[in-house]
Amino acid sequence: MAEDQINDLSRFKATYFEECAELLANAEETIARLQDGSGTEEDLNAVFRCVHSIKGGGGAFNFAGLVRFAHVLETSLDALRSGRAQLTPHVADLMVRGNDILGDFVRAAQESVDLPSDHGHEVMDELAAITGGGGAQPAAKPAVAAAAAAPSGMKHWTIRLQPAVGLLRTGNDPLLMIRELHALGEVKVQADKTHLPSLSEMDSQESYLSWTITLDTDKPRAAIEEVFEFVAGDVAHVTIEEQAAPAASGAEGGGEGWGLFSPAPGNPDAPTPGTPIAAKPHPGTAGAVASSQGPVHTASIRVDLDKIDRLVNMVGELVITQAMLGQQTTHFSVESHPELIQGLQELSHHTRELQESVMAIRAQPIKALFSRAPRLVRDLSTKLGKQARLVMSGENTEVDKTVIEQLSDPLTHLIRNSLDHGIEMPEKRIAAGKPAEGTIHLGAEHRSGRIIIEVSDDGNGIDRKRVLEKAIEKGLVDKGAQMSDEQIDMLVFAPGFSTAAQVSDVSGRGVGMDVVRKNIQDVGGRVVVQSMPGQGSRFILSLPLTLAVMDGMLVAVGDERYVLPLTNIVESLRPTTQQARNLVDVGQVLVLRGEYIRLVPLHVMFEVKNAITDPTRGLVVVVETEGGDRIGLLVDELLGQQQVVIKSLDANYRPVEGISAATILGDGRVALILDTSALRAMGDRLPSIGTAVPPLALAAE
Amino acid sequence: MGKMVLAVDDSKTMRDMVSFTLRGAGYTVVEADNGVNALKALVGKKVDVIITDVNMPEMDGITLVKKIRAQPQFAGTPVLILTTESDQSKKDEGRAAGATGWIVKPFSPDKLLQIVAKVCP
Repeated sequence: MAEDQINDLSRFKATYFEECAELLANAEETIARLQDGSGTEEDLNAVFRCVHSIKGGGGAFNFAGLVRFAHVLETSLDALRSGRAQLTPHVADLMVRGNDILGDFVRAAQESVDLPSDHGHEVMDELAAITGGGGAQPAAKPAVAAAAAAPSGMKHWTIRLQPAVGLLRTGNDPLLMIRELHALGEVKVQADKTHLPSLSEMDSQESYLSWTITLDTDKPRAAIEEVFEFVAGDVAHVTIEEQAAPAASGAEGGGEGWGLFSPAPGNPDAPTPGTPIAAKPHPGTAGAVASSQGPVHTASIRVDLDKIDRLVNMVGELVITQAMLGQQTTHFSVESHPELIQGLQELSHHTRELQESVMAIRAQPIKALFSRAPRLVRDLSTKLGKQARLVMSGENTEVDKTVIEQLSDPLTHLIRNSLDHGIEMPEKRIAAGKPAEGTIHLGAEHRSGRIIIEVSDDGNGIDRKRVLEKAIEKGLVDKGAQMSDEQIDMLVFAPGFSTAAQVSDVSGRGVGMDVVRKNIQDVGGRVVVQSMPGQGSRFILSLPLTLAVMDGMLVAVGDERYVLPLTNIVESLRPTTQQARNLVDVGQVLVLRGEYIRLVPLHVMFEVKNAITDPTRGLVVVVETEGGDRIGLLVDELLGQQQVVIKSLDANYRPVEGISAATILGDGRVALILDTSALRAMGDRLPSIGTAVPPLALAAE
Repeated sequence: MGKMVLAVDDSKTMRDMVSFTLRGAGYTVVEADNGVNALKALVGKKVDVIITDVNMPEMDGITLVKKIRAQPQFAGTPVLILTTESDQSKKDEGRAAGATGWIVKPFSPDKLLQIVAKVCP
């Protein structure tokens, strides 16, 4: 292998940054525990190790700024774990900021950008102050022995090498050293056998000889010292003298970053012949030893996401094939083909299991996402002069990795929004008869095949009057438009909407909420808000469990096939003429147990020919939208329940209103997956007898 | 088959670097991510050199060195500990535990090869 190839370490950068991301997240989580007081000594050790590893790798790639900062952080952590410094709330806060800045350095290194030279200096100085001194600079690299550079002619050296007790036990071999001297020049060796004991007293693990070596070499002194850097740390046993000008000197520690040990005589820790090395616990290692009782690392391997995605895709295709087989064999009876039918049933069972297992690979606890919240709440409430407490639930709910990644920004925004606009100032809360400290609840749970994430607060709720005024002012709503409370609340998600009288640096310029909705829609999710004036708001995010496969109901409309997400379906029925009515100003409705449900004829929506247009002759599928309200979809018939593999329409074609995605059916045909919430909005715009222009189309974009 | 090196480090980056460098020079490399797994990896193998990080979860490098030295078959196996410049005290701990030598991180691949060759020619 070529020299430069050996020395090219850049190939490990990807691994390093991947590792850094994990380590930083790990550290953040652990620091949070230390911060709220539930941390242990092992947590300190764990954080230390994270920073240490980041620094170690950073050094290998010459990320100077990163290493400098990591060093200071590491030093202060070391002081904390050794008890030289106290973990006060202030210090814990510094650790959080330190970890953030370390993250800045890592990202800067990853993107090959330069951070300002004083980046993180403030924190660095404060960290250095903890350890009680100028920790801002790492220990200077020991200068390479000056002699190395000094010119020298042929010189004569006398070297005495007297191994100490236990030298062989450290894996050092005097013979290797002498052999190495040979490489430097002319060597004469004389062994001193005077200390050789009788055979019966001899311990094969000990060296009883010592040597006097004369060496003629043109190499500098440092070269000779390097040979014995071997046994550095024990000055008394190696002497190197230049014969003309004797200058006794011990072999010093690794001037070039390495060295080898020789045990000191009389060192109580040095092993004596015949006795095994005492496993004396060392103060510095006690914590690490105790770590075996700490969190156990689950065995895991790192797999490229692409590989998993390929697997997910293949399983998707398998599901399609399985569905196709099922369809092709529907006319076989169990009696005529018992084995075939049984085999197909098993295939279906295994396919589903396989699919769930593959999805589970991509699933991760949402904890990773939630772990940032406590800090966000703490920092922001301090900044805003508010008092807030964060309650979390369902942190272990597992969510697809892509969903987690996509949720990070929206969730941050929602929490900020709750603190900024929801929770009131303490005085105002007390005046309203509420505790001065507001509560923000962050929860996650699985609910009927979807992940529901809630951000709720016990603040002021949405000020509907102001929201409406603002929306009219911004031209989002026509003056005098009649809107339900719910519709007004949803206005906060309208693009460019902001009610904050002043633009605050917390929630930003009001670009947030529409971006939140966009991000969540991108992963097939929805967000709704429920608000009670004076009592608080609740933002509900509903997300698909996985992005790839879902249970659907295949419906027929004319010659077309559509898939309805099973989770949306409430019931289906063939209405009587009493139930299906035409209301002036509203249009077609279904009267169901006294409730009026808007009828949305799919054939009108998608301009399908040859479809049943009379509700009493077709079927109405009552579906629930994310907002919680219901619409009735008019279809020809239900064809059956089926798992479908979701294929993005945006990626393969273009976004279509009312359609969330597409899928491939068992017979190879493409079917579109219906988006009930969008259909509801479209239904609202249906021209109906005597209706004016629809008031607002939120889901239009 | 070349000489066998056991590389112990909780950082995959470091393990990769050590392995890559040594494999490129003809060594066989076995990896472990902490002391406990290093001891497991040693069972039944004829390892010629052990290179271990100090700070690791489960079992740190110093403890590992002690455990290795407590086993007669590894009494003379060279063990190099990976330290950082700021970690001078670890060198002393390593020495006391019975390590053969130390390498300061970061190291150049050449340096690593040179040192390994030195303790295990």
